[in-house]
Amino acid sequence: MLLTLTVNGARRSLDVDPARRLSRMLREDLGLTGTKVGCDAGDCGACTVRLDGRQVCACLVPAAQADGATIVTVEGLADPDGRLSALQRAFHRHGAAQCGICTPGMLMAADDLLAVNSAPDHQAVLDALGGVLCRCTGYLKIVDAVLDVASNAPDPAMPEAGAAVGARVNRLDGHGKLDGRELYGDDQTPAGVMWLRVLRSPHPLADFTLGDIDVWLKITPGVLRVLTASDVPGHNSFGIYPTLKDQPVFAESFVRYRGEAVAGILVEDRAAFEALDLDGFPIAWTPRDALVGTEAGLSPAAEQLHASSPGNVLIRGRVKSGDVEAALAEAAVVVETEIDTPFVEHAYIEPECGWAARDGDRVTVWVTTQTPYMDRDEVAHVLGIAPKDVRVIPSAVGGGFGGKLDQSVQLPLAVAAWVTGRPVATLYHRPESMASSTKRHPARMTASLGAAADGRIIGFKFHGDFDTGAYASWGPTVAGRVPVHAPGPYRVPNVLATSAAVYTNGPPAGAFRGFGVPQAAIAGEALMDRAAERLGLDPLAFRLANALRAGDTTATGQVLHASIGLAACLEALQPRWDDWKPQVAAFNATARATRRGIGIGCMWYGCGNTSMSNPSIFRLGLKPSGRLTLYNGATDIGQGSYTIMAQIAADALGAPLERIDQVWGDTDRTPDAGKTSASRQTFVSGKAAELASRDLRGQILRAVNAGDDATLSFENDCVRVHDKEGERVLALTNLPVDGEGDVLVGEGTFDPPTTPLDGDGQGIPYATYAFAAQIALVEVDTELGTTKVLKMVAAHDVGKAINPTLVEGQIHGGIAQGLGLALMEEYIPGRTENLHDYLIPTVGDMPEIECILIEDPEPLGPYGAKGIGEPALVPTAPAILGAIRHATGADIRRVPALPHRVLAAIHATRHIKEEVE
Amino acid sequence: MAAYLRPKRLEDALATMAEPGWVVLAGGTDHFPARVTHTPDEAILDVTALSELKGIDRMADGGLRLGAGVTWTEVIEAALPPACDGLKAAAREVGGVQIQNRGTIGGNLCNASPAADGVPPLLSLDAEVELASASGTRRLPLGRFILGNRHTARRSNELLVAVHLPAPALEATGRFLKLGARRYLVISIVMVAGTLSRTADGTIVAARLAVGACSAAAVRLPALEAALIGRPVTEAAAALQPSHLDLLRPIDDGRADAPYRRHAAATLVRRCLNELARAA
Repeated sequence: MLLTLTVNGARRSLDVDPARRLSRMLREDLGLTGTKVGCDAGDCGACTVRLDGRQVCACLVPAAQADGATIVTVEGLADPDGRLSALQRAFHRHGAAQCGICTPGMLMAADDLLAVNSAPDHQAVLDALGGVLCRCTGYLKIVDAVLDVASNAPDPAMPEAGAAVGARVNRLDGHGKLDGRELYGDDQTPAGVMWLRVLRSPHPLADFTLGDIDVWLKITPGVLRVLTASDVPGHNSFGIYPTLKDQPVFAESFVRYRGEAVAGILVEDRAAFEALDLDGFPIAWTPRDALVGTEAGLSPAAEQLHASSPGNVLIRGRVKSGDVEAALAEAAVVVETEIDTPFVEHAYIEPECGWAARDGDRVTVWVTTQTPYMDRDEVAHVLGIAPKDVRVIPSAVGGGFGGKLDQSVQLPLAVAAWVTGRPVATLYHRPESMASSTKRHPARMTASLGAAADGRIIGFKFHGDFDTGAYASWGPTVAGRVPVHAPGPYRVPNVLATSAAVYTNGPPAGAFRGFGVPQAAIAGEALMDRAAERLGLDPLAFRLANALRAGDTTATGQVLHASIGLAACLEALQPRWDDWKPQVAAFNATARATRRGIGIGCMWYGCGNTSMSNPSIFRLGLKPSGRLTLYNGATDIGQGSYTIMAQIAADALGAPLERIDQVWGDTDRTPDAGKTSASRQTFVSGKAAELASRDLRGQILRAVNAGDDATLSFENDCVRVHDKEGERVLALTNLPVDGEGDVLVGEGTFDPPTTPLDGDGQGIPYATYAFAAQIALVEVDTELGTTKVLKMVAAHDVGKAINPTLVEGQIHGGIAQGLGLALMEEYIPGRTENLHDYLIPTVGDMPEIECILIEDPEPLGPYGAKGIGEPALVPTAPAILGAIRHATGADIRRVPALPHRVLAAIHATRHIKEEVE
Repeated sequence: MAAYLRPKRLEDALATMAEPGWVVLAGGTDHFPARVTHTPDEAILDVTALSELKGIDRMADGGLRLGAGVTWTEVIEAALPPACDGLKAAAREVGGVQIQNRGTIGGNLCNASPAADGVPPLLSLDAEVELASASGTRRLPLGRFILGNRHTARRSNELLVAVHLPAPALEATGRFLKLGARRYLVISIVMVAGTLSRTADGTIVAARLAVGACSAAAVRLPALEAALIGRPVTEAAAALQPSHLDLLRPIDDGRADAPYRRHAAATLVRRCLNELARAA
């Protein structure tokens, strides 16, 4: 059908399938990849465009209905000369884009609003943006940006040399996230590639036999070839840990979870990929009774899912100090709890996607990933080639949160490219992404806490069974990290904290912002509240009295020396807490169906791998032009490492930030900066960036024999060095250049110092810890069990806020995910494999948030900085759940606190009261 | 590639529908979400160019005719009597603004989800649907059109062309309450819509209460409605008895369990009646 329409002011005519989604037409036929696709179901709003002025989901509009219409996409917002619109610039200066995948949709929804209402109020903004999901920002900076468009405030100036660290610098990679030019995993697939669809198991545990594939190939149009386990050239196995590669690329004869990959179907082009119906694929399934939950996995009668893990226990973790039984026996107060948490889905808006191509004996994979170097090594393992023969080039990443730390598309793509010799692309659809990808571990935890009559915690006992699902993934990391963190950021002389990662037939549970610590914090902080109540102490005061301080020893025997800002966080929260208490009492004195309550959560979080080496290497090169190139392997998944690393490098060198260009994440060009996980990039990679920069500075100074206090001035063919002796000039144009065209290259490596943990978990698991406390004010409808979080105040000790705007963005986003964990998120295989049955918070669910940044410097960190990514999420759910309890008495022992669970818990307290009375 | 027709004349559409196998497409907001994993090759009849399906009109008898292709945004922006306040409130709860801008009343009814936001308020307005085929038109009360989960009385050769709201039901006040586990873009756990007609002294002369997401299809509450007749509107909520909800058949699912749904339905019905009593 020949369509004529106006797109971003230009008349366009094209011949397309009238039933084709407008989103596909814009992206594939018109090349306007700024419009993103997250779900194809109208659930996420990433594809929002304006059609005849109105915001619509382009994924829900057939091309035919766009005939004669006027369409505006994100590419149409900026001026023709590229200058961003007032709306885009407001987003930029507010830090409203993190990963940027929802940004086009948010911009277009806001553009629709502003076209009819140039001065909208807060509620109007929420209503206009309510149809676009964001998983990174927590929405607040987006709303602030929309409300601030009219101010047309100028962009913040780029900092002078030496003033980058601590400055609210606009995200250096922000422009492309705002005008639609940023290229995500599905935005850069070349024409002419094959497409690959993965056939997946519909059963959680089943044997299968493949039928006559050749016959199916003959009768199915567009299909080129089917890849199965026997086509994997190297090892048909992968996994995070070198000794735990327990997951096959393609299952061989049976599957251990719903969503497991069985075969790869190669088709000629994208149209065939979208039309491909796998219903008739020749495979016969024999389902078996699946192990659902850790109790089933641990049952003596349970099927053994992996021969190397008897009893289905993948691994155990343990930290023991003192004598917890004796402590609990002598404690004046002992409180106990049991908590259950579910699978939680990362729900990044960009699904897994990428493409791969073979070039002789090498293969290159372009992919949305948090961990290009692990991808490189894993692809090499599966193909049976050397890591140096694999190149991984990360695309812009549309959200990760730990979910893009595992292999997804990388391996089937690499196998397909390798065995066929042809480039090949793939893209998971939303249900496929949700079924196949890793999840947060469900936890079943029991804990008890004993305190002396004077309010000192004297003992803490914890056990958590963590459902690691069908394959190991990051299960050992969770099992190891949880016992260290379970006692919370408190002085506890007697601890026994144990964990087990249990195989089941759930989806593989892997890394998700916090590696099990958010779950453990729900149990530990609930006990803190209850112990305080029993002792007649204020929950904040009780925490402050027991807060870890310099000189204290943790349960692993580690003496903490510096950067222990929990007490400062609590003290900063105290005035708000004191304000809220009488407000809540006054409200509750007159309220009928609703009640308000306040709650508090504290956390600590070790930055970097647990007792394992996790070095980062950075390079900073100097070009003959006097420009600098940062070879930045710290993958930016929206958190801001692209910006932060440059801020650190600029100041460490003494150069203006705007002098620095970057090469980002390409495993052939950037040294290994490890993975974006464990809240390690600012701390570990940031330090490596600082060291690389100092190394380059030293080379420059030595070249002109200047002292360390010299100042540098970078010009177009030289560096001018000034010190008390005067000015010296390092001419650059006559120096030899290396393969990247640099004349001088500084390199820095940092590996945080830790020691192994012994059988009792004694040792130094982390070089530094982040600390935080958050308080929540909630309102509960006691007749319906619904909870609205009204306000939160978050105090975080980040050591040093390299970029406060980005730090706040992490806190807002962490709170949004913590709120989801507390109130609505529960992944159930086969039932919540989309973004309307699986709920994440929308713009309307967010509380007001006040961020308080505490800067207790970490001596090892770059300019004192440590991590914020995961710490932002950990205290949120405990604070909200504590506030629900304060409001209603309801003791929530199973999250999420869905309305029916809250109501049941409220009713349970009434029964208890009646029994007592 | 299969056919895609977007006729401008209803008779052409109905002639097409006389042949089997056509998939009817309007706003696309339920059509495309059902085609996420792959795009089948199917014959599509796009009804968005049919003028008979457009517009909201006051009829000679005082009733309202809403074209089946009317979008939720058009409902929100239309000047409608206060009886339609519940319908408007429901329209604001359908997905996000993007969905409201494209999704249609007719599509919502034909899709027949147990949690369709449009159904309870339309039930509370005594809505009738107008179905057309090449051999003529017929009208059905909405309660007899939606037969169950994704199941309607529409014959394969019929097109839903309009929804009629009779005049008596428009002499009322209307409300809609939705319960979900988040704000915006949420499938209802329970929803309740109601209209009350009263005399000048506040005596209830007609009551129409409907509950959604608690049965395979949303239902009216006839026993409660009967009990409300003749009562002062200020005492409406007090008339509610648990037995009035006996016809609900709530299910357990990931969003809530059945006992909770029944309890929440009762709470929302009571709140709805209280709001209606307070409404002018």
